[in-house]
Amino acid sequence: MTAPAENYVDTLSRLALFADLPHPQLEVLAHSFDEEVFAAGQRVIRQDVTGGGFYVILDGEAHVVIDGNERARLHRGDFFGEISLLTDSRPTADVIAATVLRCLIIPDTELKPFLLKQPSVMYRMLQIEARRLRAANAWDG
Amino acid sequence: MVVGSGPGGLQTAYSLVRAGVTSCAVLSRDSAPGGMFRRWPVYQRLISWTKPDAPCEPGTREYEWYDHNSLVGDEPAHQALVRGFMDRAYDVPARHEMEAGLAAFAEHVEVRYECEWLSTSRDEHGFALETSDGEYRCKVCVFAIGVTEPWTAPIPGLEAAPHYAATRTPEQYEGKSVFIVGKRNSAFELAQGLLPWASRIVLASPRPVQTAVLAFSPLSIRYLSPYMQHVRGGSGSFVLDAAIDRVERNADGYRIRASGTTWEGEVDVEADEVIAATGFRAPVRDLPQLGVAMVGDGRLPAQTPYWESVSVPGIYFAGNVMGASAGLRKHGATSSTGSVNGFRYNARVLAHHIAETHFGLARERRQFSRDEVVPFLLGELARAPELWIQKGYLARVVETQGVCRDGGIVPLADHVDRDGGDSVAVTIEYAADGAVTPVVYVRRAGRLAEHALPTDPLHRFDTTEHRQALAALVS
Repeated sequence: MTAPAENYVDTLSRLALFADLPHPQLEVLAHSFDEEVFAAGQRVIRQDVTGGGFYVILDGEAHVVIDGNERARLHRGDFFGEISLLTDSRPTADVIAATVLRCLIIPDTELKPFLLKQPSVMYRMLQIEARRLRAANAWDG
Repeated sequence: MVVGSGPGGLQTAYSLVRAGVTSCAVLSRDSAPGGMFRRWPVYQRLISWTKPDAPCEPGTREYEWYDHNSLVGDEPAHQALVRGFMDRAYDVPARHEMEAGLAAFAEHVEVRYECEWLSTSRDEHGFALETSDGEYRCKVCVFAIGVTEPWTAPIPGLEAAPHYAATRTPEQYEGKSVFIVGKRNSAFELAQGLLPWASRIVLASPRPVQTAVLAFSPLSIRYLSPYMQHVRGGSGSFVLDAAIDRVERNADGYRIRASGTTWEGEVDVEADEVIAATGFRAPVRDLPQLGVAMVGDGRLPAQTPYWESVSVPGIYFAGNVMGASAGLRKHGATSSTGSVNGFRYNARVLAHHIAETHFGLARERRQFSRDEVVPFLLGELARAPELWIQKGYLARVVETQGVCRDGGIVPLADHVDRDGGDSVAVTIEYAADGAVTPVVYVRRAGRLAEHALPTDPLHRFDTTEHRQALAALVS
């Protein structure tokens, strides 16, 4: 992976989750929350370790691993970490970078204020969670 | 090879030689040690304190906690050097006092000055560095190159305005209205310095000033006057939360168009001068072409917990650029890696890591009887400057599989993610509510468990209560 040609704000503006944010608010997002890049194989979220954040993949892929078994693969635009923040519990899975992985990170303590300030992001997130729930139910059935 | 003779390069090189890596060459394009402190901060005063007198002796490990500017040596003569140069007009050193402290430390480090690193390539043994003094080959490179290249945010028209690095002396702004793009350290430093001279100062950036964070920040020294004047409706200072749409040059100066981020609407501001205090990038030259992945809008090299490039093994970074390695960053808390007090410890940990993994130079590790483990770890929680300054980033580890052995000071993220034998690690961290909290990580039969110990209003983490709690976890 080479250095991204587009700047951070442009990258954020192309994600479905932030599609409804006007430009000044995208600037606030970019100035408020850092990106982080992980080596392939590096852990991003750790099962049973507190203090994690909400992660949105900007580039690269990640595995979701529970007790050593891969359960899902995540791609650009996918997000993770929100379940443990919303339920105030420790993560129940590891998330491990499968390639060099670039993410936006919103710390646990800042997710709620951010979502309450940006209801359009909250609505998009809810839609995606609903699709995940439907997919999970379809498999169970 | 170590590139750079600022505090990061000096600390890394010193510690590498002490760790037994004698085949270590240090290159610097500068003619003298000190790095950014040969020039910056623009207005010549640091924000990190050194207390010349403290409840413990200068030169001891405990004293480091009171001295956030000196590099850390292994012998008393190499320790606590900055205090000796301070005139005590302030508790924070002047730039030239800091530079003198670094120069004194540099007497114990061999540096090839005026040898500029120009380009980088790989060969079968590692790397080849083309320099102004010919080619150097090495197995491992440590780039301690600072975050010193002016970076101007991609705002249309801003490129016409001077960067922070090109700011003139304050008196040259006499009677002028000044618009500063940015609201972080360098922006507030300028605003503070210009208060006695400029007729009006406007600072603007998209992100609101975080007053709750600010109150506890060493930056409060810089923030206080311009921000307080704005908040109190005082005269001539404005701090705007706005995304800047464009900067236009005209016959009288500049016209800036900005959109509110915490308020609705747009605003046009006229100013005699615009300064882009939008930060710096690491001068990484051709490293991205070599495959080094960047982070922070392309400004910094992305690093593992041991400060190795995430994409090119064998390339390491030291100095304030280590700040791009976030560690676990629990609850969003950042370490002190971006300043000397934090990265001096990282550099020492990095030196030991390189000595061990690339040169097979294992450290002598102190052994403990079972009874000694708890008192040792409590002592670290109460007093270790590495843990107190690098909260949540560095941990003290004791291996407890079979013989108990000191595992050293290591990056917490690496320890948590490493498969290993039984061990106990301790850290000082910020809890979600901001409380300074001792935390214990116990690894047993391959499984890691995290336990927070009680907080204490006086930060006494070696009380009977702590001893009992830690003993229960370790047994």
